[in-house]
Amino acid sequence: MTTNSSVTAPTPAAAQEKGQRIHIGEWIIENLIRLAGLSTVLIVGLIFLFLVREGGPAFLDIPLRQLFGSRWYPIEGIFGLLPLLVGSLIVTVGAVVIAVPLGLICAIYLGEIAPTWQREILKPLIEMLAGIPSIVLGFLGWVVLAPLIQNAGAATGLTAFTGAIILAYMSLPTIISISEDALYAVPKEYRDGALAIGATQWQTIWRVVLPAARSGIVIAVMLGIGRAIGETMAVMMVTGNAANIPALSSGVIFQPVRTMTATIAAEMGEVAQGSLHYNTLFGIGIVLFVITFAINSLAGRIVGTRGARRTGAKL
Amino acid sequence: MSRQQINRLATALITGVAILVVVPIVLVILFVIYNGIGTISWEFISAPPTNGMREGGIWPALLGTIFLTFGTAIISFPLAIGAAIYLSEYAADNRMTRMVRLAIVNLAGIPSIVYGLFGLGAFVLFMQFGTSILAGSLTLGILTLPVVISTAEEAIASVPQQFRTVSLSLGATRWQTIRHQVLPHALPGILTGIILGLGRAAGETAPILFTVAAFYLPDLPHSIFDQTMALPYHLYVISTQVPGMPLSIQYGTALVLLLIVLSLTLSATFVRTSMRRRREW
Amino acid sequence: MIQSKISIQHLYYTYEDGIEALRDISLEIPANEIFVLFGPARSGKSTLLRLLNRLSDLDEGTARQGTILVDGQDVFDRSVNVSNLRRRISMVFAMPTPLPGSIYDNLTYGLKMAGIRERGELDRRVEQSLKQSALWDEVKDRLGASAFALSGGQKQRLCIARSLALEPDVVVLDNPTSGLDPISTATVEESLFDLKERYTIIMVPHSVQQAARVADQAAFLLDGELVEVGEAGKLFVQPTDQRTEDYITGRFG
Repeated sequence: MTTNSSVTAPTPAAAQEKGQRIHIGEWIIENLIRLAGLSTVLIVGLIFLFLVREGGPAFLDIPLRQLFGSRWYPIEGIFGLLPLLVGSLIVTVGAVVIAVPLGLICAIYLGEIAPTWQREILKPLIEMLAGIPSIVLGFLGWVVLAPLIQNAGAATGLTAFTGAIILAYMSLPTIISISEDALYAVPKEYRDGALAIGATQWQTIWRVVLPAARSGIVIAVMLGIGRAIGETMAVMMVTGNAANIPALSSGVIFQPVRTMTATIAAEMGEVAQGSLHYNTLFGIGIVLFVITFAINSLAGRIVGTRGARRTGAKL
Repeated sequence: MSRQQINRLATALITGVAILVVVPIVLVILFVIYNGIGTISWEFISAPPTNGMREGGIWPALLGTIFLTFGTAIISFPLAIGAAIYLSEYAADNRMTRMVRLAIVNLAGIPSIVYGLFGLGAFVLFMQFGTSILAGSLTLGILTLPVVISTAEEAIASVPQQFRTVSLSLGATRWQTIRHQVLPHALPGILTGIILGLGRAAGETAPILFTVAAFYLPDLPHSIFDQTMALPYHLYVISTQVPGMPLSIQYGTALVLLLIVLSLTLSATFVRTSMRRRREW
Repeated sequence: MIQSKISIQHLYYTYEDGIEALRDISLEIPANEIFVLFGPARSGKSTLLRLLNRLSDLDEGTARQGTILVDGQDVFDRSVNVSNLRRRISMVFAMPTPLPGSIYDNLTYGLKMAGIRERGELDRRVEQSLKQSALWDEVKDRLGASAFALSGGQKQRLCIARSLALEPDVVVLDNPTSGLDPISTATVEESLFDLKERYTIIMVPHSVQQAARVADQAAFLLDGELVEVGEAGKLFVQPTDQRTEDYITGRFG
């Protein structure tokens, strides 16, 4: 077989040599491609490794009781993460409570109600929102939104609520586009069937389409949470950065808070490398990494099983 | 209320909410343009900041962002395109592939500030690049990987399977098939991913905080081992860290940053649609 | 007995989902004849064709037993260069599948991938293959035009020419006239008769009628099994197996 070069090239020897050259070149390229694929796994591993390398000591050197304590006073050497966790929690929950209904309804509008010409205008607009740098939104929150909220009667404009609004807007594109995909994946026959037996459009959406798109919507919410919890600059600019656990009252969301991300961003510039404070900031990074890793792996799993089921049904 | 009334009410509410979501997007952009346009001038673009940044322009920050964006491109694209080819053309349905996919999903979800920490730990300190354009580009390059990989993979997967089969049946090897039949047709999509990645990199602040960005540095960088100012961080600094800063300069800076990022995003969309139209099949 | 060009021995082939596509197939395919593989849908014809030049390598999770010898050598042997094999056993698909690019690009693609770059040689092969597939007169003045601009029948003849440009030993055609009108079909069939002088031709036909028109030898496949094989003159007139008779007389399939 390999000697049968007379039909493929003018001289057999030349063809063979050429074949060898192609072979070695390809071997190199194909392995570079494989390496590039594997590098993604390697990078995730390296990120975790470096976080642990710099942040691990915090978990060893700080007594656990203090680490989960409610006081974050780095200057006195007291590193309680609770206020930061609570701060992130309040802002994220606030953002999700605002963004999920808005995003889902917007996706329903885009997927079920809007005529094509509107969709063609609206979708790029939402993509554009995803493209606005967080620092610009943070800036607007700082110069426009915060004064508005203060005028509305809050003690200060820089509150968890301000952060939640900005964050909600930032996570909207994620929530909208994934929910829309989920709605889109609902087979047309479901809708036709419901409409055929006399359901109104709203009944069809509420009773048929939304339940069928449930798992996709869950993913949208999860990734929205992931997006909100990791956001840094805008949150840092508008939440007031008070590292206290806010008093648990009805007005909890109108108090200044400090999130985990903002703490890292604000304090890393001032710490001595290798100090306990420095280690602890990396420790917060580990917490963030673990939370988002868990959220995304779970969401990825749901997508994975859903995808498998879909192809299974096709065969 | 009858079913029809409920239906009308629900539809009206949904439409109202959609307007509530979309209108502010337009307002935000128009607002920044309205307040910032008066500041933009050749001098604002081309001069360094003066008088404690309260006067002058943004040139060093603008240039720094351009450098960083190019640096990101150089780091990210070979790796991202390689990974995209791997996933769409080479990966078998096995554990390894599932791990790669999981890794990409997670890379996309890691907060940008954590990338900043990684850049600090890995590039600035461990590899001793210092706070530098190199360290910043590496960090941003890794951050943009998931966007570029998933867009490029989608583009590669959208090349009709029959082109591959025909090419292989004519005796082309797998790489020749990819090189001559797959990549040329996937190019618009890959380009879209690249530009989207660049837009993301140009606008990010958190990853460059500890890896490259300088608070105030009127001198331009001389090598990839120098620090540089960068637009997003500059906007942060002048809006929160400098007392008595005129709002006009803040809005002007925000506008320039917004224009850079949005024009990248828009041109990505443009590339995608215009190249799609030229397709023969 | 004449020396076979291709010898298939006890071939079994199973897809990932456990479907047994081929069961104990043994066939001798002589050189310079038109050998037709026919049978109902999903009887394993296309699977068998794809095994001949190892396009089957693209399918994951399959299992194979048995051998295919071409000129006495096992195509599944590790030492076989698959690219060379596919240049020797060249394939035409059911749907006309031009590659994006000009007519000339399409015809020279396989040659360039084989490292042949010399302009004179490329031009010679282009002209020769277009003449063999009866397309030369229609396209000789517009070789630089897009291959997608051709009509359906022209596209399919271009695909045949593209295979012939490789100067293969064997041309494998998987239902090449499926999308063509009767006139184009006739043109393609006629060119096949000319081609068998130089090539061994293995073909899955569009219909039993087409099989009877073009075949020198024919094999009837049913559910992955070889029911009957023989001279076309005899097989289509006096089949020995009842199932073959039922099929060619149109009682099923």
